[in-house]
Amino acid sequence: MNALPDAEALLERLAAQIRPRLVPGTAMIGLYTGGAWVAERLHAALGLAEPLGLMDVAFYRDDYSRKGLKQDPKRTRIPFEVAGRDLLLVDDVLYTGRTVRAALNELFDYGRPKSVALAVLADRGGRQLPICAQHCGAEISVPEGARLRLKRAADGRLSLEVERGA
Amino acid sequence: MARNPQLNDHGELRHLLSIDGLPREVLLQILDTAEPFAGVTEREVKKVPLLRGKSVFNLFFEPSTRTRTTFEIAAKRLSADVINLNIALSSQTKGESLTDTVANLSAMQADVFVVRHAASGAPYLIARHVKPHEHVINAGDGRHAHPTQGLLDLYTIRHYKKDFTRLTVAVVGDLLHSRVARSLIHGLTTLGVPEVRAIGPQTLLPAGIEALGVRVFHDMRAGLKDCDVVVMLRLQHERMNGPLLPSAQEFFKNYGLTAEKLALARPDAIVMHPGPMNRGVEIDSSVADGPHSVILPQVTFGIAVRMAVMSIVAGN
Repeated sequence: MNALPDAEALLERLAAQIRPRLVPGTAMIGLYTGGAWVAERLHAALGLAEPLGLMDVAFYRDDYSRKGLKQDPKRTRIPFEVAGRDLLLVDDVLYTGRTVRAALNELFDYGRPKSVALAVLADRGGRQLPICAQHCGAEISVPEGARLRLKRAADGRLSLEVERGA
Repeated sequence: MARNPQLNDHGELRHLLSIDGLPREVLLQILDTAEPFAGVTEREVKKVPLLRGKSVFNLFFEPSTRTRTTFEIAAKRLSADVINLNIALSSQTKGESLTDTVANLSAMQADVFVVRHAASGAPYLIARHVKPHEHVINAGDGRHAHPTQGLLDLYTIRHYKKDFTRLTVAVVGDLLHSRVARSLIHGLTTLGVPEVRAIGPQTLLPAGIEALGVRVFHDMRAGLKDCDVVVMLRLQHERMNGPLLPSAQEFFKNYGLTAEKLALARPDAIVMHPGPMNRGVEIDSSVADGPHSVILPQVTFGIAVRMAVMSIVAGN
């Protein structure tokens, strides 16, 4: 199996990629759980003026009827006005696109943003919806049925891991 | 041992009938899930699409404006369609007709039944007869249980006090006729509250209540000493001049919560009441409206807790 890229290096690359293209006044929202970790780091690296928003899309997921509500959903906190703002959504791994779809739906219940861009640490392909990332740390190919997961160590260091499916 | 009628084969919550018998993890799951729903109720758009296309039937065989309304609000904030049925008990013949009523409603494609009934156990009967995709939530059955009220009390206590394991909680008044008290006491002991006290006259405390793990006090002043949480119960009008009590005035003198008595509790104690309150009977107005009172936040949290319960059961 190929070695996975170092998540810390991807984070630096992603920040460098976003920095020159950043629209002034942009606010950031990280998607729980992994996306929130990435967003905390990016938010600091980019020195954004607006406080960081955090979102859990549990109440907007499209698999509720099949899987029920996920355990321990977190409270979405968006500490700025969404209406009229340029927004950067941040997630760890982009796969089917369904989480981003749910996030967009939730976002619009807070207001009508001026624009929304997506930044992800890793894109593993396999999209089931017409969604793409404007900023991406790396494209990583992962076998079907396996899960690409971001982990955070006690010291805050991020790493990527592949979990084999059943 | 009989299967727990509230849980499915995976140990997940399928119906909410009583706090009694719910594992600690399920109780915590409900409280944890209610927290983000409380966030939803603070937004400008107070609605999420979770139960879109699902139907919630409020079956009230016993009148209740407040509980029915909070369930209705909770269901609407989950985007469910809500049908309110106030079925007067007098128009109901007993036994078979209850299950017939439910069978009829089931034929109208119900997903969740919220049931309030004067007979203890009625929601259990309904839960035994519903189809696999249908869910029952007990909104108060006789003197037995009122689990969502108990859960919202637990949520309120956790919100203000964080840690259950170092609390002294007093439940005061008419515990004998209270379905709220039983649900709450079960929840408190399950979540590890080290001291639960029952305060009231002998005639209004159920026999053998010590078996639930509570300390009994007939002297309210002694019972309130160093409490973190004081839960006042409603004295129902029909009891006030009945054989169990001399008079409302006498009850207030001995068991009404006044500022002077509350001063015996901890300085940061919170005062709760499930409503509706009888001011001047079980609680003085100065306390009900005072700085220790969290009675109105309880109502707000109640909506989030009911959203959590509905979305957990309907998804399992």
